[in-house]
Amino acid sequence: MANVFTSIGNWVNERAPGMMPVYRKHMTEYYAPKNFNFWYYFGVLAMVVLVNQILTGIFLTMFYKPGAATAFDSVEYIMRDVDWGWLIRYMHSTGASMFFIVVYLHMFRGLMYGSYKKPRELVWLLGMFIFLALMAEAFMGYVLPWGNMSFWGAKVIISLFGAVPLIGDTLVQWIMGDYNPADATLNRFFALHVIALPLVLLLLVVLHIFALHEVGSNNPDGVEIKKKKDPATGKPLDGIPFHPYYTVHDIVGVGFFLTICAFIIFYQPTVGGWFLENDNFIPANPLVTPPEIKPVWYFTPFYGILRVIPDKGLGISAMFASIVLLFLLPWLDRGAVKSIRYRGLGYKVALGLFALTFLLLGSIGAGLTAEWIPKIFGASADVTSIEMHFGWLLVLMYFGYFIFLFGYTAFGYEKTKPVPERVTGGGH
Amino acid sequence: MANEGVNQGRRRFLTGTTVVVGGIGAAFAATPFIKSWQPSERAKNAGAPVLQDISKIEPGQKISVLWRGSPVWIVNRTKAMLDTLPGLDGRLRDPKSQVDQQPKYAQNETRSIKPEWLVMIGICTHLGCSPEYIPEIKPEPFDPEWKGGFFCPCHKSRYDISGRVFQGVPAPANMVVPPYKFVDDNHILIGVNPEDKA
Repeated sequence: MANVFTSIGNWVNERAPGMMPVYRKHMTEYYAPKNFNFWYYFGVLAMVVLVNQILTGIFLTMFYKPGAATAFDSVEYIMRDVDWGWLIRYMHSTGASMFFIVVYLHMFRGLMYGSYKKPRELVWLLGMFIFLALMAEAFMGYVLPWGNMSFWGAKVIISLFGAVPLIGDTLVQWIMGDYNPADATLNRFFALHVIALPLVLLLLVVLHIFALHEVGSNNPDGVEIKKKKDPATGKPLDGIPFHPYYTVHDIVGVGFFLTICAFIIFYQPTVGGWFLENDNFIPANPLVTPPEIKPVWYFTPFYGILRVIPDKGLGISAMFASIVLLFLLPWLDRGAVKSIRYRGLGYKVALGLFALTFLLLGSIGAGLTAEWIPKIFGASADVTSIEMHFGWLLVLMYFGYFIFLFGYTAFGYEKTKPVPERVTGGGH
Repeated sequence: MANEGVNQGRRRFLTGTTVVVGGIGAAFAATPFIKSWQPSERAKNAGAPVLQDISKIEPGQKISVLWRGSPVWIVNRTKAMLDTLPGLDGRLRDPKSQVDQQPKYAQNETRSIKPEWLVMIGICTHLGCSPEYIPEIKPEPFDPEWKGGFFCPCHKSRYDISGRVFQGVPAPANMVVPPYKFVDDNHILIGVNPEDKA
């Protein structure tokens, strides 16, 4: 048997001699720092989820019927009549939320260890474009079941474009292909969701990884392992080949992650209305607004910003700015030290507050704060006003992070600790 | 390749013109794809005017008619409701309806052709929810001085009984009045302007 494989391998190599060097560059001779910790699982987990979404998505398209009259029923058909259809759909819907969980943690890792800083700015930018494409992909996917939250969510999000000066109304009609979200809207979202955006996502993921493999991975110490090479072999002293060391290492993380996913899929597929909202089990109805229109949890921090600003144009601008600023992080952070382990106290506090702010904005966007306020301040509390003021504070803190980060690092206020020459830990 | 004697100016010119011509071609080629997203003829037909009999609407009652997929409200307003309108100006964002949210013939205090008949698209101008009709003049949890009107449950925007938006709420503008006309005393045609006021 081994001989057969060897000879097939040789046969291919003779005809395509460029393939093995690519494999070696990205797998067996890609040297990753040996001190990766827990936070370094989320990139590979995002890849696993992407594969899951594509695989389950392909099977869902075999039974789903895009169209205002057919979509909701075909989803119910998948859930009730198609053999194992419920499992395939719940894998897809759970995958969507898990995608954002791992991507948010992956991004937070980048903030903690300064992975966006020079020379990895391009890796960060490509990653941010992946995040944008993912948000568009998730939004359009959420419209497809044509439940009532699909319809009203689409209406709210598309109407954001109405704030564009002069051409706003025309733009909204152009996106919808009708005067309201309708059959035409659903059909084009289906095309974008299953063809256009997945192609864009895949391309961006490939570019993200290629860009990473040019500069090499960062690590929890923020030390460049390429600076200390074995003089004899020219390999980084603190690096280990991605394959087999990290492939095997990652299988453990993937196994653990899939166990959690399986638990959700089998026991809590809606996660109490968080992964699949209750109002989306009602067919779309243009005449009945759900009591509260709110996006799925992964959009709530950005929706929270929109919600607390009582001016439409300003609210939308702030929401877009909150994402644009993330793109600019590599240039706003002027600090010389990458990893939070050796950065100043101010940075540690600011990053902690930033993460907290993000979560609390999410709680406003999800309508949780409106439920908490009467419990904290008594039943007579003015919920709207308290929530609005609290929201303003959070918006200030969100944008304040970027302003603080620039001022703190550009004018030399940051007192850093000495960064070691070599990475610490990592007993591989 | 021999690079001596190359006329750089001519090379740049040829490259430039090729890019411009190619770019124009690409723009023309893109047009059908971009235009295909416009509302189709079928969608435009489905958006045709809607005739509604209003003879059975009691004073104070609101009905909802579907026009272009949007709920259009027709409210038969009482004298008491109309009397609340003049006193609200100070609390409203746009009391004179100066923002272009209605046809010219509805740019008045009642935002209508006939004072008692309100015809309005029942969609909040903030983010497109459908507000609730709360006509009773009594203190409400969201407004202790409520004079009757519309309240959006999504983000708590408030409108008076003419659909004029209050200050300090997320909605930026008054609710939209669609084009409509009275065919006769008992019928409203939604989607077309009156002949004399187009």
